[in-house]
Amino acid sequence: MFIINCPYCGERDQQEFKAGGEAHIERPKQPTELSDDEWAEYLFMRKNIKGVQFERWNHAHGCRKWFNMVRDTSNDEIKLVYKMGEKPPLE
Amino acid sequence: MKNKYSIFSLIKNAFSYHENWQKAWKDPQPKKEYDAVIVGGGGHGLATAYYLGKKHNMKNIAVVEKGWIGGGNTGRNTTIIRSNYLWDASAGLYDHALKIWEGLSQELNYNVMFSQRGVMNLAHNLQDVRDLKRRTHANRLNGIDAVYLNTEEVKKFCPIINTSPDIRYPVLGGTLQRRAGTARHDAVAWGYARGADEMGVDIIQNCEVKGIKRNGGSVEGIETTKGFIKTNKVGVVAAGHSSVIANMAGLRLPLESKPLQALVSEPVKPIIDTVVMSNAVHAYVSQSDKGELVIGAGTDDYVSYSQKGSHQIVEGTLNAILELYPIFSRMRMLRQWGGIVDICPDASPILSKTSIKGLYFNCGWGTGGFKATPGSGDLFAHTIANDEPHKLNAAFNLNRFISGDLVDEHGAAAVAH
Repeated sequence: MFIINCPYCGERDQQEFKAGGEAHIERPKQPTELSDDEWAEYLFMRKNIKGVQFERWNHAHGCRKWFNMVRDTSNDEIKLVYKMGEKPPLE
Repeated sequence: MKNKYSIFSLIKNAFSYHENWQKAWKDPQPKKEYDAVIVGGGGHGLATAYYLGKKHNMKNIAVVEKGWIGGGNTGRNTTIIRSNYLWDASAGLYDHALKIWEGLSQELNYNVMFSQRGVMNLAHNLQDVRDLKRRTHANRLNGIDAVYLNTEEVKKFCPIINTSPDIRYPVLGGTLQRRAGTARHDAVAWGYARGADEMGVDIIQNCEVKGIKRNGGSVEGIETTKGFIKTNKVGVVAAGHSSVIANMAGLRLPLESKPLQALVSEPVKPIIDTVVMSNAVHAYVSQSDKGELVIGAGTDDYVSYSQKGSHQIVEGTLNAILELYPIFSRMRMLRQWGGIVDICPDASPILSKTSIKGLYFNCGWGTGGFKATPGSGDLFAHTIANDEPHKLNAAFNLNRFISGDLVDEHGAAAVAH
């Protein structure tokens, strides 16, 4: 279990949060023109990184806002949290 | 040639204080080149190597394992074996495995302690009842034994279950697969390792894969911590680390690796002689031969490779266990651990060729791979040897995520993922 620093509410127990998977997957701008391969890439394929990964989290039992997190998946250490819409930090 | 294990060899070795048993498998250094290399020395990987040798006459094979064999999810699961899946493709796959389990100890000359004590799945609401009845019919159409039990029959089959109608999730019925059961997980890895070793397979432990060498669209070999190994066929059976290996080859897989936890209690006298699973409250329990209750919990929802899970997952499972089995309320838990399971979007596995020639993946087993170990090895060996899938694993290809022909077993598999 770990403590998560919600960018809106501050430090809260992980139990209040819901993980939302990989961050910065952009929805295709022209969905009708996508090939099956491109759809599969968007819908299903994931980086699933062992190491530092960008993800989305939701403060489900709190402010209910979505935000981004940079976390090391090999030891669950949280590096950084930042709000939706903000640019991901470069490493 | 391996000495046969029998009552006579046991007596004979007793006279020399069991100090002269033959080694079950060698500890070789890697050769320069192999006809095929299996990455991952868990049950599935060792079984693959065994069947490559036994059924496809490929003898120049290595299994490389970064730790020790059977030390990953093979040694961390709750050892449940069943085949009561809803969809035809899954039923075919898992019942193929179950049929091999039924003769596996004899085949390997190694007691895997396969115990067909039955697996019962509980229904807690009207929708569960409908789903489980539907699954029972589907199973029987596929030749898989299944019966639906009402509440009294559930109570009769497993008397310690609280079937009172006033609990939070009352027991409205259940299904029973009598051919299902458990096996000793370590013995499965060791039995296959011994069998594979006899076929001439090199089992190389403490050897981590660092890279996959490609020449254009085909595999040339693997970089490991024990040097470069040349081979044109690489079968990856790396469970939670499948994406990590795929990244080395420049591939992306539709997988997320998540922690799945289990725990055991202090050992007690025999109290539950079957396996009981509950989908709705996500708790399942059986009793090991040592007397410990073996309890399986759910997955966390975030990606992690840390082999640790969240405490609230365990708490939630134990809440459900205690409501269903009030008799366990004073028991103490002895050990808890986590494994990393690779989950596909449709909760079905991948046993498939890839876009790279000579690179094969056997992954995505998620929370329920142990039960499939012998079948998975058999079918993956077939896929590697023939460069074509067997008809039983043809549906479990990587292309299904592009075609949309998914095998959606999320709710249908009798337990939530």
